[in-house]
Amino acid sequence: MDYVYIVPVGSIRDDFWVEPLEHAVMRTFGLKTRYRRFDLDLARAYDARRGQYDSAEILRQLIAALPPDGCRVLGVADVDLFIPILTFVFGEAQLNGAGSVASLHRLHNEYYGLPRDKHLMLERLLKEALHELGHTFGLIHCHDPRCVLRSSTYVEDIDQKSAEFCEACREKVRAGVAACRRQARSAAGKTNRGNAVRSYDVPPIV
Amino acid sequence: MKPEDTAILIVDDEAAVRESLCKWFQLDGYRVDTAADAVEALKKMQEQPWDIVFLDIKMPGMDGLELQRRIKQIDKGVVTIMITAFASVDTSIQALKEGAFDYVVKPIDPDDMSHLIRNAIDHRRLVTENLRLRRQIEEISSPDKIIGESQALRQVMERVAAVAETDSTVMIRGESGTGKELVARAIHSMSNRRYSPIITINCGAYTEGLLESELFGHEKGAFTGALYQRRGRLEMADKGTVFLDEIGNIGEKMQMDLLRVIETRQFTRLGGDKLLNVDFRIICATNKDLEKAVRDGTFREDLYYRLNVFSIVLPPLRERSSDIPLIAQHFMQKFAQSMNKNITEFSPEALEMLVKYEWPGNVRELRNVVERAMVTAKGRRIEADDLSFPFSSSSSDFFGDDSLEEVERKHIRNILERTNGNVAQAAQILKISRLTLYNKIEKYQLKKKEP
Ligand SMILES: [Zn+2]
Ligand SMILES: [Zn+2]
Repeated sequence: MDYVYIVPVGSIRDDFWVEPLEHAVMRTFGLKTRYRRFDLDLARAYDARRGQYDSAEILRQLIAALPPDGCRVLGVADVDLFIPILTFVFGEAQLNGAGSVASLHRLHNEYYGLPRDKHLMLERLLKEALHELGHTFGLIHCHDPRCVLRSSTYVEDIDQKSAEFCEACREKVRAGVAACRRQARSAAGKTNRGNAVRSYDVPPIV
Repeated sequence: MKPEDTAILIVDDEAAVRESLCKWFQLDGYRVDTAADAVEALKKMQEQPWDIVFLDIKMPGMDGLELQRRIKQIDKGVVTIMITAFASVDTSIQALKEGAFDYVVKPIDPDDMSHLIRNAIDHRRLVTENLRLRRQIEEISSPDKIIGESQALRQVMERVAAVAETDSTVMIRGESGTGKELVARAIHSMSNRRYSPIITINCGAYTEGLLESELFGHEKGAFTGALYQRRGRLEMADKGTVFLDEIGNIGEKMQMDLLRVIETRQFTRLGGDKLLNVDFRIICATNKDLEKAVRDGTFREDLYYRLNVFSIVLPPLRERSSDIPLIAQHFMQKFAQSMNKNITEFSPEALEMLVKYEWPGNVRELRNVVERAMVTAKGRRIEADDLSFPFSSSSSDFFGDDSLEEVERKHIRNILERTNGNVAQAAQILKISRLTLYNKIEKYQLKKKEP
């Protein structure tokens, strides 16, 4: 099967965001979703020096825990994520791999000292989730300013783009999803099918 | 320039840093590779050209500073950026002094990184362009190689030499194709600014709005489509020279802006409020009658005086026809090499035709005529038959065994046909006075038959 697993990471509450997110993923990629909590060891990802969580480590754990009927996993965290070279990241994904993670930490208005806005936060989460999942289907950053696959370094950048893929990216998504389905079917009988998708060879990316 | 046209090499002994930086750039579409130490980095430098190299300043074996020196020995045009921990900022500043483009302190703000990489790419483009131009200058246009020995050209070169070392604004006048840009580059390359860029802007090639943002740059969001901050050409010309070609074509607002910049040496990017101080010299060029434009009120008088501090007038080719054989010979050698043809001389007839022709398009036209002749020439010599001049329906129609008078008659007739008998226009093309043209029409009996 080819489910996209949506997995809460950390103490994040199963809140109003779950249903819209599942809906957006289904509508955009045409894949069914499952909302599950995995048994993760978040402490291992914590970097005491930086007071942040290494998103690569979280990705590794998410991918390792992905059940055989899952083709993709999207972690939704509320902790501050980083990769070694950058001060922070909104999320990270494997290019052409199974894993992705996004964090709400810097998507809250409150983080910037602004009044709480649940809808805005949800919109940002949907965009980042689709963006990261887009990478797992082999897409690189897009230069179309409206496209959800445009890279964003500020939360304002996220607000500027839409929650949609541009025409060119949509085409690539379609191809990526089709390839993923084929792979799932051909591996259906094999016992080690998990490894085909959940390879660690592809280093995680932002 | 597309991202995939930029090759980035990342040198860091820490795998996690290397990988995450690599993936970050790959996602943006750049060509990226990594090296774990100096030895591997130097090997990759030898294998292929890199545009931008990120260098960890602290590595076992050889530190970033030493590695940078070696990298610059292999390719002095490569843009290096140091990756630094807070503790090694001092070393990074040393690296800047030794030619690093910038340094970043780990961990890097993603936004800084985006700006940095865009600026680095702009810079790289400039450096490449500059190296190319420097080669070109060395090749054909270095001061001693602006070709010719005529009195007229010698006077020009004396003025070039006289003004080069001052910081004075220079106005170069001359018909199109006389080599105004070459002279601008000669001035720059003889000046104290020669190791900084010379930035050329063809003012005639842009709409006013585009020219503005091209010159001054813009801030993110300054207008629709200004998606990120961009440095203008004036900024890029810091410590160097700005060559404004076709200055006679700029509009009113631009004239005002330019005047202000020349007076204050300060400006802001479009949509910005930070005053930028930039040190550049201005050389401009025009083939227009600027004095007339001033009289007509289409060119600001105050700007005219600011620009016309020192003027150099390039003679048209027909006024230094004694240089034509030399220049033609020069282009012949140049093309013989690039076309891989063994052509070594002009026939006496061909040479005479070249010297006698009026050259409305000047040196540029001469170059084209020689290039075309090189393509058709069969033997080791360019014959008269190989030459074809613009506007003539065929070369034999024009010349052949014709006497010089006959050639002139045919040429004037052709031009008159092209202009539908408009004497004023024809005289302009022929670069002779209307009166002279009337006399020649009389002489050759070229008057249109009255119906
Ligand atoms: Zn796109
Ligand atoms: Zn991304």
